[in-house]
Order: sequence, then structure tokens, then C-alpha cells
Amino acid sequence: MTVTAPLPEQQEPTLQPTGHQGDQRRQSRALSIFEGNILRQATIDSVRKLDPRIQLRNPVMFVVLVGAVVTTIEFVRSLIPGSGLGADRFFIAAVSVWLWFTVLFANFAEAMAEGRGKAQADSLRRTRTEAQAKKLLPNGEIQIVSATELRRDDMVLVEAGDLIPGDGDVVEGVASVNEAAITGESAPVIKEPGTDIRSSVTGGTTIVSDYLKIRITANPGETFIDRMIALVEGANRQKTPNEIALNILLASLTIIFLLAVYTLQPFAVYSGSAVAVTTLVALLVCLIPTTIGGLLSAIGIAGMDRLVQFNVLAMSGRAVEAAGDVDTLLLDKTGTITFGNRLAFEFVPVGGHSERELTEAALRSSLADETPEGKSIVALAEQKGVQVDGVALRGAELVAFTAETRMSGIKLNGDSTMKGAVDAIQRISPNAPAELGEAADRIAREGGTPLAVAHNGEALGVIYLKDTVKPGIQERFGELRRMGIRTVMVTGDNRLTAATIAREAGVDDFVAESKPEDKIGLIRAEQAEGKLVAMTGDGTNDAPALAQADVGMAMNSGTQAAKEAGNMVDLDNNPTKLIEVVAIGKQLLITRGALTTFSIANDVAKYFAILPAMFSTQFPQLNALNVMRLSTPHSAVLSAVIFNALIIVALIPLALRGVKYRPVGAAAVLRRNLLIYGLGGIVLPFIGIKAVDVVLTVLHLTA
Amino acid sequence: MPSWLIGNAIAQWALYSVLLLLSARPVGGYMYRIFTGQRTLFHPVLRPVEVGIYRLTRVDEAEEMRWYTYLLAILAFSIVGLLITYGVERTQQWHGGFFNPQGLPNVTPVLAWNTAVSFTTNTNWQNYTGEATMSYLTQMFGLATHNWMSAATGIVAAVALVRGLARRTASGVGSFWVDVVRCTLYLLLPILFVFTLFLVWQGVPQDFSAYTVAHTLEGTTQTIAQVPVATQEAIKILGTNGGGIMNANSAHPFENPTPLSNFFEMLSIFLLGSGLVYMFGKWVGNTKQGWALWAAMFILFSVGFFTAAGFEQNGNHLIASQAHVQTLATSNQPGGNMEGKEVRFGIVDSAMWATITTDASCGAINAWHDSFMPLAGLVPLTNMATGEVIFGGVGAGLYGMLMYAILAVFIAGLMVGRTPEYLGKKVESFEIKMASIALLISPANILFFAALAIVGTWGTAAIFNPGPHGLSEVLYAFTSMNANNGSAFAGLGTGTPTLQPAFNFYNVTGGIAMLIGRFLFLTPLLAIGGSMARKKTVPANLGTFPTDGPTFSILLVAVIVIVAALTYFPAYSLGPIIEQFLLNAGKTF
Repeated sequence: MTVTAPLPEQQEPTLQPTGHQGDQRRQSRALSIFEGNILRQATIDSVRKLDPRIQLRNPVMFVVLVGAVVTTIEFVRSLIPGSGLGADRFFIAAVSVWLWFTVLFANFAEAMAEGRGKAQADSLRRTRTEAQAKKLLPNGEIQIVSATELRRDDMVLVEAGDLIPGDGDVVEGVASVNEAAITGESAPVIKEPGTDIRSSVTGGTTIVSDYLKIRITANPGETFIDRMIALVEGANRQKTPNEIALNILLASLTIIFLLAVYTLQPFAVYSGSAVAVTTLVALLVCLIPTTIGGLLSAIGIAGMDRLVQFNVLAMSGRAVEAAGDVDTLLLDKTGTITFGNRLAFEFVPVGGHSERELTEAALRSSLADETPEGKSIVALAEQKGVQVDGVALRGAELVAFTAETRMSGIKLNGDSTMKGAVDAIQRISPNAPAELGEAADRIAREGGTPLAVAHNGEALGVIYLKDTVKPGIQERFGELRRMGIRTVMVTGDNRLTAATIAREAGVDDFVAESKPEDKIGLIRAEQAEGKLVAMTGDGTNDAPALAQADVGMAMNSGTQAAKEAGNMVDLDNNPTKLIEVVAIGKQLLITRGALTTFSIANDVAKYFAILPAMFSTQFPQLNALNVMRLSTPHSAVLSAVIFNALIIVALIPLALRGVKYRPVGAAAVLRRNLLIYGLGGIVLPFIGIKAVDVVLTVLHLTA
Repeated sequence: MPSWLIGNAIAQWALYSVLLLLSARPVGGYMYRIFTGQRTLFHPVLRPVEVGIYRLTRVDEAEEMRWYTYLLAILAFSIVGLLITYGVERTQQWHGGFFNPQGLPNVTPVLAWNTAVSFTTNTNWQNYTGEATMSYLTQMFGLATHNWMSAATGIVAAVALVRGLARRTASGVGSFWVDVVRCTLYLLLPILFVFTLFLVWQGVPQDFSAYTVAHTLEGTTQTIAQVPVATQEAIKILGTNGGGIMNANSAHPFENPTPLSNFFEMLSIFLLGSGLVYMFGKWVGNTKQGWALWAAMFILFSVGFFTAAGFEQNGNHLIASQAHVQTLATSNQPGGNMEGKEVRFGIVDSAMWATITTDASCGAINAWHDSFMPLAGLVPLTNMATGEVIFGGVGAGLYGMLMYAILAVFIAGLMVGRTPEYLGKKVESFEIKMASIALLISPANILFFAALAIVGTWGTAAIFNPGPHGLSEVLYAFTSMNANNGSAFAGLGTGTPTLQPAFNFYNVTGGIAMLIGRFLFLTPLLAIGGSMARKKTVPANLGTFPTDGPTFSILLVAVIVIVAALTYFPAYSLGPIIEQFLLNAGKTF
């Protein structure tokens, strides 16, 4: 696979993700629509797919294939002197060739989509390792085996620089692991046993420091990535429920048109104007919904593909469709709506100290603090106009945070300025006023975190650390509301805090003081009302809810249980992406509907092209219906057939990219798309068929 | 065309439309009360009757049938009715002077089959001359009862489907027996009582005496049939049956004596169909859902009427070119194409009636559609080919339209980015499978039998007119029978004994076509009702495909035109369409 330029603008949903890490990589995994290698392979595949057994899966295109065979036989007959078809030989040959092209074009569309899927799969596959693994035998010895020989529950040892040989859980050791191969995020993450999120490792990632003992949780070929590859490649692609329903409709329309065309011949014979077989086949192929029939599977594969480009892996096409249908989004507060890091919000002085005094002390104590909290204190202090005199601090001794002292700070010339947990500060400042405890309690009640500050054993006040809503999240929830999706924030915080955050973020509803187990009840309640629910999760205790949800997106960093339970996995571990996933699901459905509408609307023009031509000998008066003024009857029929074939190719990019989705509400989307694909579908073929006719006439191919 | 004529057409259309619009709410609201078992004005009188019927027939009023039980009840009810009618027809000569004063002989087996099917299916295709073939008893007991029964059957089938759409997570769609009783007692009986009196007031006869023999000025004699017309005329119109007592149907002065009777008969044809659409909206909890369908129906009706009236008024230029024939409209006469029309009604009333009677599955006629200008004749043909969903046959119009609504939702609904929903219920494979089957039935039925008729003398021998017009006649016959319309493009000797080969092709195949068009079409739609009843209802939100506004009405019209009407375009191009072009070129048939 060649990695090429960024996506064309349309390829991304118009919903722009806010500040997540996937952007960079999403582009690197993106493919241009017509990529050299894929094109070549797809061309070969489109011929291979002529196999009638493959064609039978698609009734619409199968009818075209049969039509192509019939017209080819007609052409062979026309070569036989005395068949009476000699004069039409060129016409029959031309129609026949274009019918073959119609089938090939549809095959090509599918092969293109599959090819792009394969390319995606290849990039995933590279993360799969064929490396050696250090298998730990029960007796403690280490045996070097190939990673592919590892089975579920085998224990392996990985050390700095090794590739992790398979999906597993950490049972021993603490190490930093580079997961860039999966997530694209190069900063290493810490893995250690006993925690939900950090104990799960993925095959193909690299251990950077220290060592880990891992229990393998998947057999080769069954790992997460393996299953994803199979899905993306479309190897065991199942038709989704909506595709099945659409196929039924397309098949029945095909039968109706088959009947209409088949019974036309008796009527024509009665009218003294029998129609040539080639023309009847041409009429049939033009009327049946070949455009959508030819592009349907490509649309489905491309939908999955778009998710992968977005670094989300869906377990099935069904999950992608369900995403488009989602009515309610269940969002964890922490990490999704807020950063999860508590940032300085306010300085609350106590015991008669001024705010400035407190601010200066807080600033001093945080100068060496590299944590987000420490940085935010510095930022807030500077915002309040408090500066640090760098010279005065020369020679200061930094006191680092330890689990024992639970405070950190700075010592200079015998003066000490400390900040830390309220009770820890209370311990070093025995004279702290009761006010300190009260302020801390108030902050805690509101869901914030209080940090006390003391100078030389005298408590100055409290720093109010608060969870912060991600910027731009409010606009995104606004978009969701316009899409008709209700957002519900779930948090363990008390009602007061939850209400504050909910108001700031602009969610429609929130559930406070919720335990992870409450989620499943919430989902069931929504589902009982007939709604579809989406949620994200990463912990083992999220697993039941992920399984219950219609769309459950697990984080790749999550536990194996969570990943198994969900029907999507986000490789970037960014829960906010659920919103884009919904947009991608909608885009897939819109594309399918738009091309169906377009395909059916196209029929109007084709009637006007073919019917007057059909009976032109017996009833030249019917030429009044030849509103496109097509030059000759043969040219009219041929132009319609050619247009019908070319429109499939012309729409491949649209099928692969998807129709643009704007979150403006269904009524507006419908009006717009009906205008473009409905009305456009009626008008465009009139122009297109005429254009083909003009070209044929100019080239003297009208026979 | 002089402006006063355009004015006449527009004024009639406008008056008609306004009254139809005004009637929809009271009639539909009343139907909703009836079928949800609420109290009505007539309860003090009719409720004891209703309860008495249940007790007598051991019907459990609270029973909830699953869709297939409901369907089986419909079939059983219809088949029994069919057999009884067949029996009455085949034995009428022995019924005695009171029931058969004219001493008419037994009806032949094939004709009796055709007629029994025809009346059972609400088609009322008549391959006979009523007053010369059917005795009083056959008319009143064998045929007129079917006018009631088949109308009630159609209505309750639609009610069952609507119930299915409106209910959530329910297994049943109501009780057929209860619905039929309520429909007959509370709906048909009171309206017909008033309507019959109105017709009698307008001069429609209601007597049992033998036919009167009159001596004409020419010195010949003429037999004037008098039958109890008013009761039958009322249900024939209101129940969209269409089978006239007189051969001349509603062109006959005994069936349709005055302009006023003509207007109210036209109104009655749409009355229940239009009310049912309102009832649907009310039942699903959003009357706008009903009005969206109503609007689509109204658009199609209006386009049809103005097309037919326009071509009729334009007349035949070949006749106009003959100096001694006056075809221009003057203050004394309407001009246009008056062939095959009752002069009392003229162009506008005839074109309007033809449009209405084929929009609905009525089939009563007040002019010969065969004599319409080719493209004016295409209007009734196309109306029927859509499956008569333009207000439609009582009940059948609504369930047919709901089929299109589901298809439209499915085709275009995806474009809002959700899997399709109608009325908050997901439209899934099963519904699409059923709707597809329903959609397939009409073209298969019509095109198969028409093609079969056209390839052999068994069919072509009955064609009186050569060329495209003959083809139109055959297409019209099977379209009418499939749609259970019953109007005929005369000119096809479907029942004339002289044209019968070994067996009468049209009587036999027509019977099959009518049964398919009625019951095979109804089956998948009831199945949809049953399946929809079981589903949950998703509350509508901003992301929901809106099916209660003008966009949906227009979409629905487009789907009906493209999916249904265009299927027949190839065949029509060899029939009415080419006929019009040939006429323009001076060639007639």
C-alpha cells in the first residue's frame, strides 16, 4: 500500500473532531479515491467476479449479466447469413459490449471498495507480529517460540525493546509501552497489573522500558486485530438488515420491470410492431435499478472503510448502521465531556490572609510541579497578574510529592511553602483556622478538589481545582441536538457538580451519583421506549452496558472484556469520537438512500429515450415523445444503455466517499437530498443521454 | 375553450374539493369512534342490536385476532358469500313470480362464477345486462348484499392495518366480526338511510312491480325496467361497488336523475375513502399524517380530472373539421367530444365522474370511457393501474396508499441518515418483503392476463375495435378487474355469447384476476399490520424522516407515478398514447 495525500475534503464528515490525537494518523491511513495499485487489482477482480455464482448474489446485476449473454448470442446469430439480423449487426454488438461493461463496472465498484478495505487491512496487519516470543513454561523456564504458536492462557515474558507477541493481560511488572502501531500516539503508556485499563496489552505494540509478564488472551487468528482485518477486507461480510431489505425491494422492482418488458412483446406483436430482442433487453437493463444494484455492496464496504480511516473498528456493518440510528448518546463525564484533569479555578484565602498572599504562595509552591494541576495553578496565578521573581528563588530546594507526605513545595532560606491534601497541610499547620476545613468541604461538595497551601506552617487558604469542560463540546452537543440525538451525561459526581458540568457542556440530561452498574439500567430504560443507545466504555464493569447498548464503543486501552462486549473499538481511545461514528453511520445510510432514489428517478428519461425508438418503424408518430431529439432509433437505445453503464462508474467516487452529511435536522436534509438525487435523478439522464447521442452522432457510430 | 367552460370545470372541481375536505374530519372522526368502540349518536338504538348480534353469533366482543386470523375471517366471510351468490344465480328461475316476475332463466355457470366473484371482491364487473339477466331476488339478495359485505370487508381490512400501525407491542389487530358489525350498523346503515331518501327525493325509483311496457311514438314497444333502485344505488356508490342495476349504470335517469344527484353521488364515492384517511391520522395520534396522504391523493385526483376534462373538451379535430358537426362550445352546448356521453351531464361532469370512479374502485359510470379521447381515456386507466389509491375503494384505497407510503419511506427515508421508520416504527425486511409482494401483484396480474388475452383468438375475438384502441380495451378490462374497479372500456365483448369460443375467456380469467387483485393484494398488507403492531414506537425527533408534511406528499406522488404508473408505460405507449398520436395524424380506430 502506498500512503498518499490527505483525504479529499468530502471524505471526512463535516463534524470536526475537537482536539483528539487521531487527526495525524487518520490522514496517514487515508487513501486517495483512485489509487494505482488498487485500480489495477480491481480491474482484474471485476473480470473474475463475472462468475455467475458471485453474480447470483445480486439479482439486479445477474439480470444484466443474462441480458449481456442474450445479446451476445444475438450478435453471433447476426453473423449467420439469413438470420435477418445482419443489418443490425453493429447495433447488437454495441449494445452487447456495453451490457458487459455495465456488469464489469458494477464489479469494478465492488472490487474498488474491497481493494481499499484490503489496503486498510494491510496497514493493520503490519501491526501483527511474526516475532519470537519468550514463553514462560510452568517450571519457570523460558522457551523461545514463534508468536503464532501462542495459545490462550500461555504466559510470556516481554522485555524492553521486545514486540508484544499477542493480546493479553499484564500479570506482573510495570513497564512503558509504545502503542503507536495501533493508536498512532507515540507517547508511551504505563502498563501494570491489576488495573482495568492499564493491564491490557495489544499484540504488535512495543515495550520501551522494564519488563512485563503477560497472559495471552487470544489464539492466533482470533486476536482483535485479526478479526478486524477479516471484517475490513470484507472476507466474511454479511449483508446488514437494511441491505437485505433494500435488496428485496430492488429484486421486486427488477421482477416488475421484467414483467413489463416481457409482456411488451405480445402487445407489440398484436400492434404489428414486434421488437428486436436486443432492444427489449436494452429497455429492461435501463429500467431495472442497476445504478444502486451495482453500487450497493461498494457503499457498505466503503462505510466500514471510512470508520477504519477514522481509527474506529466496527465488528459488523450492522453496528455502523445502528450508529446512524442512535437516539441517545450516553457519555461519561470524565474524559469525554471534561478533560478529567482537575485544573485550578479559584484561590480561596482563609484566616484573614489576602488572595494575593495566597496566590503568591501557591505559585511558588507549584513552580517545579510538572503535573497538569501544578501547571494550571501557575497559569491561573499569572492570569491574576502575580509574577515570580526568578532571581529571588535562586538556590531554592524543591520538595517533591510523596505518597507519605501527600504534599509538595519549595524551601528557600529556611522558609517553606507547601501545598497538598487538606489534612496533610492541617497536620503541619496546627493553628489552621476552622475556616480552612469549611472552605475545603464546600469545594468538595461542589465536586471540586481542594488543595491547601501553607507558608511556614501557617495555612493561607485553599486552591479550588475543578474539572473543566472540553472547549467546543457545547457546539458539538448542539449539532447532535439538531441531528435529533439526545445526550445524557453519566457521572459519579454529586447532583450539584453534575448539574454544573451538564449546564456548561449543554447536555440534554445527566445522571449523577451513578455507579458503572447503573448504566445498563439506563440503557434498558431508553431501549424500552424504542430508542437506540450508544455509549463508550473501557472498564470491565462497563462490559454489560457495552453489550446492552446498540452501539458500544470500547476504548482500545480498555480491558479485553470491554472490547469483547462492545461492537466497536476506538484505537485512539477518544470517547468523543462516538459523535463522528454516528455521523459516519448516517452518511452510509444517506449514500444508500440517495443512490436508490437517483437510480429509480433515472427511469423517466430512459422511457423517453427507448420507447419512441422501439416502435419507430410502425409508429413514426411516437417520435413526438422523443423529447431529447435523439438522432436515430439505434442511437437512442444505445445512448441510454451507455449512459446507464457510465453512470455507475461516475458514481463510484460518491459511493466510496459517501454523501456529505450536515447536522441540520431530517426535514432539511430530506428536502436537500430529494432535490439533488430525486429531481436531479430525473433531469440528469435527459442531459446525459443526449450528450452520449451527440458524441455517437459526431463519431458516426449511430448505425 | 371558452372561459366560461374553464370556469365551469374549475368551479365544479373547487366546490367538490371543498365539500370533500370539509367532510373528511367529521366522517373520519366518526369512524375512529366506531372502530375504537366509543359511544356514538346511534348507540341508544343500535347498541342493543349490536349486542344481540354478538350474542346470537357467539362473538366475543373483546377478542383480539392476530393478523392471519383476521385474514382467515375475511376469507371465510367472502367465500361463503361468494358461494351463496353463485347458488342464487344458478337457481333463480325456480324462485317464483314474486322474486322473479320476469321469469328470467338461471345464469350460466361461467357468468355466475364471474359475477359472484365480481360482487364478492367489490369489483362489480358486469358481464351481463342487469335488467335482462338477474332476477329481483338475485339483484337484492345475491348482489346487493355483497355491495354491503364487500364494502364492509374493505373498510375493516384497512381498519386492521391502521390498528396495527397505531398500536405498539401488541399482538392483535382487532376482531373482524366486531369490526364488520360496527361498520355495517353504525357507519353504512345511517349514511345509506339518508342517502337513499335523498335519491328517492331526486326521483330514483324504489318499487317491486314488474317492468312497464310503453308504446313509443314510433309505434314500437319499449320495456321500462323498474327495480328497487334507490337502496342499491346508494350502497353501490357509497361502498365504491359500482355495479348498476341498469346496464346504462349511472348514466340511466333512474339511477342518476339530476345534476344534484350526480354531484352527491360523486361526493359519496370519495366520502368514506377520504374519511378513512383522516381516521388513520387520528388513530396514529397525528392528524397531519393523515392529511399528508390526503394531499397526495388530492393532487393525483386533480391532475387526473383536469387532464381528462381538457382532452374531452378539446374534442376530436377530425369531427371538428367536418362542416356540419358543431363541436365548438357555444352558449347552447358544451362542444367537445360528446360521443358516448349523457347529454344531461356533458363534458365536465362526465370527465369528473370518470376520474372519481376510477380513482376510487367504484366503477359506476355515467359515460362510456371507451368513447373518451385516447389520452382522456388514459386517465381512468392510469388511475386504476396505481391500485386505486386516490381516495380509492373503501378501505382498499387506504391500505394501498399505506403500501406506497411504506415504500416511499423506504426508498427515500434512508436519505435522512436513519434506517427507515414510518409512524415511529422501523420498516424492516419483513415489511419490505410484504410491500414488495403487494407491489408486484398488480403488474403481474394485469400484464399477464392482458398478454394472454392478446396472443390468441380466445381473447382477440372479443375485441370490437382494431389497432391500439383494441389493446386499450383489453388492458382496461384486466386493469379494472385487478383493481376491483368494475368499470369497463366497453368495446370488448367480454360477456357476449356470440364471441365465446369453447369457454368464455374473459369470464374465467377475469374471475381469477379479481380474486387475486382483492385477496392476494390484501394479504401482505394485513401481514404488515400484524408485524407493525408488534413493534415499539420510537418517539419522533429532529432526526426523524418527516412523513406528515408537504415534502412527503410530493414524494408519495412521485413514487406512485414512477413506481406504479410507469410500469405500464411501455404497454400504454402501444395503446392510448399511440392512438392519440395516430388520431392527430388523422387515423382513427
